[in-house]
Amino acid sequence: MQLEESSRMVQTTSTLEARTIPDSTLGQIHADNPRMKARNVDVFYADKHAIDNISLDIGSGQVISFIGPSGCGKSTFLRCLNRMNDTIDSCRVSGEIMIDDQNIYDSSIDVVLLRARVGMVFQKPNPFPKSIFDNVAYGPRIHGLATSKVELDHIVETSLQRAGLWEEVKDRLDQPGTGLSGGQQQRLCIARAIAVSPEVILMDEPCSALDPIATAKIEELISELREQYTIVIVTHSMQQAARVSDRTAYFHLGKLIEVGDTKQVFTNPLHALTQDYITGRFG
Amino acid sequence: MSDQVSLGLSPERAAERVAESISFRKRRENRFLFLGKSAVAVALGFLVLLFAGILSKGIPGLFQHYVTLDVQLDAERLDPSGQGTLESLADGDFDGVVRDALYEALGGPTGRKAKRQARKLISSGSGQRLMHHVLDNPDQMRSKVALQFAVDDDVDTFLRGLISRDTPEADRRVSDQMISYIDLLQAKGRISYEISDYLFFGSASRDAEMAGIRGALVGSILTLLVCIVIAFPLGVATAVYLEEMAPKNRFTEIIEININNLAAVPSVVFGIMGLAVFIVIFGMPRSIPLVGGIVLALMTLPTIIISSRASIRAVPPSIRDAALGVGASKMQTITHHVLPLAMPGMLTGTIIGMAQALGETAPLLMIGMVAFIVDVPSGVTEPGTVLPVQIFMWADFAERMFIQKTSAAIIVLLAFLISMNAAAIFLRKKLERRW
Repeated sequence: MQLEESSRMVQTTSTLEARTIPDSTLGQIHADNPRMKARNVDVFYADKHAIDNISLDIGSGQVISFIGPSGCGKSTFLRCLNRMNDTIDSCRVSGEIMIDDQNIYDSSIDVVLLRARVGMVFQKPNPFPKSIFDNVAYGPRIHGLATSKVELDHIVETSLQRAGLWEEVKDRLDQPGTGLSGGQQQRLCIARAIAVSPEVILMDEPCSALDPIATAKIEELISELREQYTIVIVTHSMQQAARVSDRTAYFHLGKLIEVGDTKQVFTNPLHALTQDYITGRFG
Repeated sequence: MSDQVSLGLSPERAAERVAESISFRKRRENRFLFLGKSAVAVALGFLVLLFAGILSKGIPGLFQHYVTLDVQLDAERLDPSGQGTLESLADGDFDGVVRDALYEALGGPTGRKAKRQARKLISSGSGQRLMHHVLDNPDQMRSKVALQFAVDDDVDTFLRGLISRDTPEADRRVSDQMISYIDLLQAKGRISYEISDYLFFGSASRDAEMAGIRGALVGSILTLLVCIVIAFPLGVATAVYLEEMAPKNRFTEIIEININNLAAVPSVVFGIMGLAVFIVIFGMPRSIPLVGGIVLALMTLPTIIISSRASIRAVPPSIRDAALGVGASKMQTITHHVLPLAMPGMLTGTIIGMAQALGETAPLLMIGMVAFIVDVPSGVTEPGTVLPVQIFMWADFAERMFIQKTSAAIIVLLAFLISMNAAAIFLRKKLERRW
């Protein structure tokens, strides 16, 4: 219904061909060296069909960005990748999401282990109301990554350095993480995520609560982190997607419309809906 | 016409109407403000009345009249076997020694009638008091010491001016002879008005001048200890389970509704349940702080569960996400993050529940904590009573001095309550964290 209305609206304002949702995703869903593979994923919130048959590879050592209008299911799909949707009672997931040829929704998978391998950074900076040191040290502590205090100190220092925060906080590690500025808090959250040495980092609109300067810092950080980690980023900013990502996936009403190299998606989109969105015609 | 309608109000006309409505709104606001202020004033007025009433009656109750007597501690009379132990002292004639000291102070009354009147001046527990003094100070034996003894409650009432000399002798509880003795003692400066040590260190007694709250205070503390040890862990665990782990289905919904309903169940019902379950079925003794504590714990559980759930719910979900996102298990998320953040609210709720339990009388009457118990309970399985029940019992006694004792006990209870609430505020301020 909603879809019909929006298509009709687009038709009246555009001369492009009719906007119909394609039966299957356009572009290249496969990656050369996939770290994670999603196949035929459906997600339901109670009766609402939030994700409709999505298949997508997350390439190793790549940055992939998910774009699309609000409510299109990109965050929902992101949260499927480390099973954060488990915390929502009414949420049901079907299909397969493979990491190293193991389905993460298999009953034999330990969700704690999965989340240690697939870390997450959230939309709103959410440091624990503890010291900066304890924020970063929390993950290594619960997973037993450090066998001594010296090792733990080392993990905290390198994580903060990689998150580009070390110079700013090295003299006040014992102060509360909540006392930092918004941008610093978000980098602290990134440091917290990389402290457990994950393989994949999921970022759910990490810059939406930040000012342009802090955003620039986070983007710079993402470019540096791509060397070591596979990064999936959800963003509402087209420029950000264009700047930081290698591949871009466009979501629309729970469907994955199109996925491809970022350059190709932004310069030569395969589907009219994608073109409408990236040119700011709707969404 | 239709054009005018479609154009709407002109700005001038709109401004006029807004001005009109503003004065109307202002009147309404003022009326509301006035009502609010007067409600607060009435409430404050009653509070002042309450405190003035309790304090004006209760502060005199914290004091009582003593008579100072020079007692000859005669070893032969007080400790015939000379061992200085409680058992050997029990054979001593302490009442006689106190009596002789009293006669001496009164200049040696002659005749049985005069002596009997003289004896009625001091508390019947004076011998007991002397015995405890000797037990604590064995080195004073064989010397003459000046000791204070409580005057009889009727004499105390007379000294407070509550019994008039003009009343015909037959109608008052203090005879002319006693009044002349009292005047004599006062002239010698032997009567003093001091803070009552009986009130704080004495136990339940039918004699008003000796009655004290120590037993009830200890009983209250023991009962509350049992109550908090049972109610806090159970309440917090229930809240955590219901809020964080329980599946949201019909069954847990029914449990939730029933917990909320339990909070509104009259407390006497919990007492009946305690009587039926713990005393009749389990065969526990009556009037012990253990049973009292369990019954009060059941009564305060809903309060603790409800406030704990509210404070767990107040923990921002982003903190849970953050913990789960770095791979903490559900249990780690709860124990490392949710519980510490919810703790101030939980403690506040618990202390409020405890304050409620402290003032509770009805359920404890049902399990027999209203018994007249002189001994201070030494453990949770010793018979005892609690402050509000003690107040309830004293309020029932006819002697005039019990009015003051009752008010004094109420002051102690209120002080207890206020300090618990202060502790709650202090804890909340100390543990509160900002994010």
